[in-house]
Amino acid sequence: MNPFNAIAVGFKEIWANKFRSLLTMLGIILGVSSLVAMSALVKGMENGMKEALIAIGGLEKVRVEEQDIPVWQQHLADQAVGTTMNDVHALIRSAPLITMVVPEMRTRGITMTRAGKSISPYNFIGTWPNAVELNQHVVAHGRMFNEIDDENARNVCVIGTAVRNALFGSPEQIGREIIPIGEFVNINSQRFKIIGMFEHYESEQDKKLRELQKDKPPEPKSGPDRSKGFGSSKSSGRSGSYIFDFKNNTIYIPLNTMWLRFRAATGTSGAGTGSFGRSSGSSSSSASGSTAEFVPDPRLSTLSIKIADIDQMDEALQQAKNVMLHTHKGIEDFSFRTQENMSEGITNAIKNARMSGGIISAISLLVGGIGIMNIMLASITERVREIGIRKAIGATFFDVFTQILVESVVIAIIGGLAGLVTSNLLVQLLVAMSPADNTPVITVESMMLAFAFSVVVGILAGLFPAFKAAKLNPIQALRYE
Amino acid sequence: MALIELRGVSKIYHLGGEEIRALDNVDLDINGGEFISIIGPSGSGKSTLMHILGCLDSPSKGSIKLDGTEIGSASARELARIRNQKIGFVFQFFNLLPKLNVLQNVELPMVYAGCSSRERRERAMDALKLVEMDNRAKHRPMQLSGGQQQRAAIARALVNSPKIVFADEPTGNLDSHTGETILKLFHELSLKGSTIALVTHDPEIAAVTPRKIEIRDGKIARNVDAKLSGQLDGPKFAVGNQQN
Repeated sequence: MNPFNAIAVGFKEIWANKFRSLLTMLGIILGVSSLVAMSALVKGMENGMKEALIAIGGLEKVRVEEQDIPVWQQHLADQAVGTTMNDVHALIRSAPLITMVVPEMRTRGITMTRAGKSISPYNFIGTWPNAVELNQHVVAHGRMFNEIDDENARNVCVIGTAVRNALFGSPEQIGREIIPIGEFVNINSQRFKIIGMFEHYESEQDKKLRELQKDKPPEPKSGPDRSKGFGSSKSSGRSGSYIFDFKNNTIYIPLNTMWLRFRAATGTSGAGTGSFGRSSGSSSSSASGSTAEFVPDPRLSTLSIKIADIDQMDEALQQAKNVMLHTHKGIEDFSFRTQENMSEGITNAIKNARMSGGIISAISLLVGGIGIMNIMLASITERVREIGIRKAIGATFFDVFTQILVESVVIAIIGGLAGLVTSNLLVQLLVAMSPADNTPVITVESMMLAFAFSVVVGILAGLFPAFKAAKLNPIQALRYE
Repeated sequence: MALIELRGVSKIYHLGGEEIRALDNVDLDINGGEFISIIGPSGSGKSTLMHILGCLDSPSKGSIKLDGTEIGSASARELARIRNQKIGFVFQFFNLLPKLNVLQNVELPMVYAGCSSRERRERAMDALKLVEMDNRAKHRPMQLSGGQQQRAAIARALVNSPKIVFADEPTGNLDSHTGETILKLFHELSLKGSTIALVTHDPEIAAVTPRKIEIRDGKIARNVDAKLSGQLDGPKFAVGNQQN
């Protein structure tokens, strides 16, 4: 019997038992569609996480952070200089593997006020104009301050949309977008001019959510307006979205402005330590928090550097370390923080999601396969006589084996194809149910994998029943009632 | 040379340590074109003999030659090929596949022989004409009477032009009148040159064949050829309708 005939016979048999075949296929359909849908969800998640990774500046960005002096250098603590502009200039001149150096001076506990409204922005940073590039900011309105603004220590600032929302009202509340370029605000009672505003950073899923809500009338709020605090906004709970909230909550001012207006000014409660002391002025851990405490402190909070080539991360960091050990008199009071951790976290999360999804799908496909085997075994028991007749009129072991195997494989193939169709419907259903979540992306690879898997399951499930059927003794099979 | 030659054929079963000789040292020749009956009470070994003659089973001992080739030690695959090409079976319970129509049932042996679909159709229709069933080709077996089903089964047995047709109690499940027409059909086929072996326990049916082989306790008890002994020059029912 040629294979074409075998397939035709297989189809006939399946068609003759339509309902049973459908039930049998159901296992495979569910298995394939869950595998494809699962991988589509993971892919969507992956896209969302990559988005977040790019938003924080990509892998090339490395932060130089202060670090406690190691034990073996504790006796040199009073000589430690901290991270200063010296490091910036030294790195620019002497570390060719680093393409960009951005000094950042951060002051906490400041209050921005305008017309009775106020905000304490999370990131109040004095920096250089190139911070925009390194931190992947986009100035949507107005301009970034430039070197001249910095040189003259002008009172200008560039704000994120969260700051605008707090001081001028968000587009959602007002119904139109306010672009406060040219407006003046007070930062700790000093007048600053807003010269630029960043675009509104948000993940794809938040964007979609916002666009969806645009069509709906705003819900009436219950109770008085209240801030739910950082990180608990509408998008809280979704992976990665805090990064966008964080980024929107930013004010950039020129580095020199920061230095002159907020750092060099003699503070009220100077802790009595000199500029180069280590104890209380440490900017990254400014102890007093809410009450602004201005201590003359020329040190930078952080230094962000950009690695020229991601493949030469280690070499570039070594180079930077060598340079900085020189400027720090050999005292290792700094460390490098790369974004590899986050990247690894993302990779791990994706791997885990993929693994658990894959296992669930594989199990359901396996169950589908067991279903096929079960039905095929029942089917051949039912057809012992038929098999006897076929053998009596000349069917060989191979003929019967092929017939049963083909039936099993045909069931699996039809089930697999139906599963692919179902998976598409399923994903559309998921999108319709929660349009704001990361869009699941069905990949061709996952479809091919799922289909191949279903065929393999069909073959494996058919082998034993086919063998059992083909081995039947025709005499006994003919006697079988 | 005889179409089938059995020499010292035994079939031995072991049941709980006890040796059962279903066939015991049987010698038998069947010539081409013969119309014979194998007769014996149930348990006599006639079914075993038919299974071995029909290549459904292999003997424990002895040699069996079909059409000049030794098949006593043939593999299962070779036996399947021989069953397909050289042997036709007609069963008591017709054994048509219920899901296929008559034409497809008749085509089935040719499917396993690897014939083209066009050839299958033509030869199946020829075979159905021979048994006067060509007008029922598209019917399902369940839509046919017992006699019609048996005719279709005979067409299936003949369709690959086998050397010999075995009919195992072909009238056992039919009323006597229908049974008789089936026997008549076998007789006509034998006149056209087919070799036919009827397996039955009923001496009346055996009476229609010129040659009778009687099996008892696994041995050939009698081997009567009416043509040789001159007792009969044709089947009884052809001479007169003495049974009904």
